[in-house]
Amino acid sequence: MSEDLVATHVLEFPGGYTRTTGPVIGRFLTELRDRRLVGVRTAGGRVLVPPLEYDPDTGEPVTEEYVEVGPAGTVQAWAWVGSPRPGHPLDRPFAWALISLDGADTALVHAVDAGSPKALRPGMRVRPRWRAATTGHITDIECFLPEVASLVAPVRAEYRVTPGRALTRFLEGVRDGRFVGGRCAGCAAVYVPYRESCPACGSVVEEEVEVADTGTVTTFAINNLPDPRAPEVPFVSAYVLLDGADTPMITLIGGVPAHEVRQGMRVHAVWVPPEERTLSMTNVKWFEPTGEPDADLDDSTGGAR
Amino acid sequence: MSGLVREVAVVAFAQTVHTGHDTGLAEPELLLPVIDEVKRATGLKRFGFTCSGSCDYLAGAPFSFVSALDAVGAWPPISESHVEMDGAFALYEAWVRLQHGDIDTALVYGFGKSSMSDIREIMTLQLDPYYLAPLGLDQVSYAALQAAAAGAERAVLDEIVRRSRADGRANPYALDLPDPSGEEFEVEPLRPYDVAPVTDGAAAVVLAAGDRARELAGRPAWITGIAHRAEPHYLGMRDLSRSVSTADAGRAAGVGKGPVDVAELHTQFSHEEPILREALGLSADVTVNPSGGPLAANPVMAAGLIRVGEAARRILDGSAGRAVAHATSGPCLQQNLVAVLETSA
Repeated sequence: MSEDLVATHVLEFPGGYTRTTGPVIGRFLTELRDRRLVGVRTAGGRVLVPPLEYDPDTGEPVTEEYVEVGPAGTVQAWAWVGSPRPGHPLDRPFAWALISLDGADTALVHAVDAGSPKALRPGMRVRPRWRAATTGHITDIECFLPEVASLVAPVRAEYRVTPGRALTRFLEGVRDGRFVGGRCAGCAAVYVPYRESCPACGSVVEEEVEVADTGTVTTFAINNLPDPRAPEVPFVSAYVLLDGADTPMITLIGGVPAHEVRQGMRVHAVWVPPEERTLSMTNVKWFEPTGEPDADLDDSTGGAR
Repeated sequence: MSGLVREVAVVAFAQTVHTGHDTGLAEPELLLPVIDEVKRATGLKRFGFTCSGSCDYLAGAPFSFVSALDAVGAWPPISESHVEMDGAFALYEAWVRLQHGDIDTALVYGFGKSSMSDIREIMTLQLDPYYLAPLGLDQVSYAALQAAAAGAERAVLDEIVRRSRADGRANPYALDLPDPSGEEFEVEPLRPYDVAPVTDGAAAVVLAAGDRARELAGRPAWITGIAHRAEPHYLGMRDLSRSVSTADAGRAAGVGKGPVDVAELHTQFSHEEPILREALGLSADVTVNPSGGPLAANPVMAAGLIRVGEAARRILDGSAGRAVAHATSGPCLQQNLVAVLETSA
């Protein structure tokens, strides 16, 4: 067949084909124009939505009783359109649904703007979104929307925080490249960071001690979600028990592939250059391996005695 | 069927080698070889009645079915009728016409070139113009609603398509389609391969009554039951998970009165097979669509008639003793025709 002998042929009623509605469908469309949904009652008592002139079960004419239904309804079944076609009611992905409007005994076919197929479930409650200008047409309902079942609440408050006396003392040490701890007068436990009272025995901590910037990883986690405080993903956050301390301190581990980090690994602090230091933990870039043999971890190294 | 009914049989069946594209043949040109084939098979040049099924919207030309008569030869004038439906429903009209008793033979044909337009959109035009068509509800979308209502299992649908396409590859008249694959949806829950392929084609059947049938075929495929039933058009007025009208037609045609060797079902979507199997009471061991069915070749307006022809062919060639044929029309299996074909009237 020659490609030249293919022509485009259009079948169209310019301006559309005029159809009369009859009284039953006309009533439905008139109510629709007024943003009301009505069904018609059959002789048997069922409410047909959208209304038909005859009861599909019996073939008898319906009664002249119109019943307001909806506007909310329940989704019975749906089909998800991932790629809408030009003739479809919405230009973004949507669902076709059979919607049982409240008070109706039959289901209405319409579109549901649900955003995602995951948002749909059997029994989902929906309500119509009306077009700005209604004309008495089934598309006066632009689509149905899920009923409101959740909302996003903005939460934001601002504070002025200070570290307190003990933490200030500790950060002063960090500014000077030292880890300052405190020894409890009652139980002799050394707490890092420094604190003014012993949470174990309640005694006042009065003795300041400097602990080493080397220590042992007691436990760790590999993080795969980015964090502004970490240089890369994945990163490792770990508890490091500094030599001379009885409580571990949380810190980043760097300079080693994440999968090589292990409990018992010996590490030391990597300090930023002295001229960049401030009253902040950012003075410690991270801890990295010392290369020493792993330390034995037993119960006594996991925390304060 | 009651003794008042005249015995009628399918005595010949022919179909085109269906294509998934436009081969450049006009409808009468598509039709001519199959009409010719059933004329040669029966030796008949003229028929008591001629009835066809087609849809003018496929070509977008009013009375396009009239030009198809060029393939039949209508002078001197013939007794002829047409249904704007699948050819299977034309066959029903011809069967009724043969019941009058004054004629003994009928020619039935159906044809369609769905390659000429977008069948998904064309099928929107059959919907009611008040509530459904203005929504732009297309054929795959409403079928997907039915699949969702029926809760069709993905593994079951995949197997139906795999089997249908494999059977289609073995059928010289059907399309050569690969095993189904791909995870994307056409309209969820239906995947592209759950939808019958775009197909151009035609088919013809010759019906004959009583002794005339015995003269024309060695083993006539007797229509021992035939009926069709319709449901409400509007989708929300029926239970889409079942096909009540198929069940009613099946009962009226007497499907359950004996064992079924083979069933040819007009399944244009994979999920329709389990719905129809249940409606017809076909057990799992009944062979369905050994031809590949419409999922392997779906010449619209001939595909239902082909179900009757394929079922009859298995009686005519002696490979089956009792066969069921099903044809459908309208959205979501709205109207269904069921015929039972047997070796003896």
